[in-house]
Amino acid sequence: MKLTGAQALIKALELENVEVMFGLPGGCILPAYDPLLDSSIRHVLVRHEQGAGHMAEGYAHVTGRPGVAMVTSGPAATNMVTPLCDAFMDSIPMVCITGQVPTGAIGTDAFQECDTVGITRSVTKHNELVMRAEDIPLVVRQAFYIATTGRPGPVLIDVPKDVLQNSMEWYWPTDAEVVESLPGYRPTTKGHPKMIKEAARLILESERPVLYVGGGILKARAADVLRELAELTQIPVVTTLMARGAFPDSHPLNLGMPGMHGTATATTALQKSDLLITLGARFDDRITGKVSTFAPDAKIIHVDIDPAEQGKVRRPDVPIVGDCRVVIEEIVRAIKDLLAAGEHQVDIAQWRSRVSGWQEQFPLTYEQSEPGEALKPQYCLEQLRDLAPEGTILVAGVGQHQMWSSQYWKFEEPYTWVNSGGLGTMGFSVPAAIGAKVGHPDKTVWAIDGDGCFQMTAQELVTASVERIPIKVAILNNSYLGMVRQWQEMFYEERYSEVYLSPEVPDFVKWAEAMGCVGIRVESPEEVAPAIEKANAINDRPVVIDFRVDAREKVFPMVPAGFSNDDLLLPPSQAEQRKFLA
Amino acid sequence: MSRPQHHILSVLVENRPGVLARVASLFARRGFNIFSLAVAPAEDEGMSRITIVVDVERTPLEQIVKQLFKLVDVIKISELDPRQSVERELLLATVRADASSRGQVVELVQIFEGKIVAVGQDSVMVSLEGHPDKLDDFEDLLRPFGMVELQRTGRVALPKLGRDVRSSAVKGNIG
Repeated sequence: MKLTGAQALIKALELENVEVMFGLPGGCILPAYDPLLDSSIRHVLVRHEQGAGHMAEGYAHVTGRPGVAMVTSGPAATNMVTPLCDAFMDSIPMVCITGQVPTGAIGTDAFQECDTVGITRSVTKHNELVMRAEDIPLVVRQAFYIATTGRPGPVLIDVPKDVLQNSMEWYWPTDAEVVESLPGYRPTTKGHPKMIKEAARLILESERPVLYVGGGILKARAADVLRELAELTQIPVVTTLMARGAFPDSHPLNLGMPGMHGTATATTALQKSDLLITLGARFDDRITGKVSTFAPDAKIIHVDIDPAEQGKVRRPDVPIVGDCRVVIEEIVRAIKDLLAAGEHQVDIAQWRSRVSGWQEQFPLTYEQSEPGEALKPQYCLEQLRDLAPEGTILVAGVGQHQMWSSQYWKFEEPYTWVNSGGLGTMGFSVPAAIGAKVGHPDKTVWAIDGDGCFQMTAQELVTASVERIPIKVAILNNSYLGMVRQWQEMFYEERYSEVYLSPEVPDFVKWAEAMGCVGIRVESPEEVAPAIEKANAINDRPVVIDFRVDAREKVFPMVPAGFSNDDLLLPPSQAEQRKFLA
Repeated sequence: MSRPQHHILSVLVENRPGVLARVASLFARRGFNIFSLAVAPAEDEGMSRITIVVDVERTPLEQIVKQLFKLVDVIKISELDPRQSVERELLLATVRADASSRGQVVELVQIFEGKIVAVGQDSVMVSLEGHPDKLDDFEDLLRPFGMVELQRTGRVALPKLGRDVRSSAVKGNIG
């Protein structure tokens, strides 16, 4: 069967079970958009290519399936760099297809030409410039295989226009052929048996263990086996920003998020621990604070599918390279074997009660506003949480609102939290929420955004309206770049430099309406719940609520950048209890 | 002059467009300086061997090796211990050599078992193949005559016969 390169590309995507792709056509990718008209694949037409990338990420976050974006060459490819980098940092499986100028024009500075594979080399797990139409099926299969196995990540395929137009004899490579075609790609999934035994022994022997759980747990779809390990050993769990939802917040063993804006209990438990059972986490600087003072007494078990994470920041005592799900199952089995052989777990009741003491002393807290005062952002989040339909997916941008979302939401199920952790991409939430809603049309999707973030990618609400993707957006609008304002207040003697946006423009309600959404403004506490209930009841179009919130509100607790976790700053109302953190 | 602590990485890669750029940009992004680099096709068709010399402490070296492993085009990485490897490099140099000094230059080349490649009016082109340390000495001794142009290839290396390579790893077997 003879096909054009473009037909082969679309057919290959169909055979990879792609149900939806996000994109925007242009000159060089034009040939691929023609067979798309006859394809079963849904295409969501975005308003800016960055939006397509974040939508693909949001889709991948909630479904676990690779997100697919397709855009043209040159400026479209450069607009895709931020989402690719975002997906690379947060290990999101994604396949991005870019058009390229015809092979004969490559290197001539042709119209809309850029060195896409060169530019994206350091922000992708792999990328490939396809020079022959007959290579397309294999390259597409390789891309999906690489994006979804090992440590997941984004893969980019750059296809010149003439390669899309040329004809080729159709074929479909087998799994074995794909593996064989990549001799340098052999991810390890099974942990080393000796290390597994050693880990099990350490877990039973330690007096102050903590399960330090990162986003890798979700990538490995290992939430259930994590719970089995935690309940078997009764070891407390901290879930990083990327792992929120991997362990139920209502579970008595869950201490919440550790790190820069983590709970005092989670951060302190890591500090005082004698054993960190690190599962799919990477000792990010937002978790460790000053690395040399991080968890000084702790031995480290480090389970990660990426060998390069072992010893990158903190040298592990027991390194285990492997898939978190497979390794945790093996550790659980090894612990059970040891217990069956008459070994005992050291009594950790004292440690548990010390941790519970911190939880009682240091709950998350904020001061409720007095009548007539500005609305508190935390109150808005609590109301959003309490009124949310079951299974609601929460998507955040980057900044104060993101931290409050992580802190105040109660995540009970995995894959209900989507955010930009590693790269910290402002403008992530609106397009990512659209992608999440496309992945789970039956679930309510709330995007929590700041007014700064919202203005970076709000145009995608036009996409959402036109494509009938009814997401809900809560803007915690303080007219500031709030997190930067907080740092300037705390560390730059309240010298506010270029952080004040505007309380008047844009008018977010009118803007929302102009984009085909319902717009609601909320200024006082009594308006909060009715507005949220109204938004939750609308399912035929997107809704935007403009919550006008108190700009002076800061995120606490806080470990200032470069500080030790021992020196975390408590909210002012808890400062006097500091001594109990010992 | 004390020589910096160097490590030799012998990296077997797929011989494909862009693979050198991938390796080089990885070193740049992680802040590692490449001391010398040599690339050429290897024993198996479709493969190339990149010999990279880096000056780093052991801990960051481990990290760069692991990061290199993650490149899809990289098949095998061996770290070669200089004491248990054969290292070779080629030097080409054009040196000033008029009637008065030509004899001394020729003598020097003979002592080092190098070659006179070409002879001009007041200069000669010489070549020397050998251990990089030997090339360093040769270069130092040539300089006083007046170095017109100098080109060295960068080091290539293979493990000595009959001994184990100090650390050799194929993907899937590390960690």
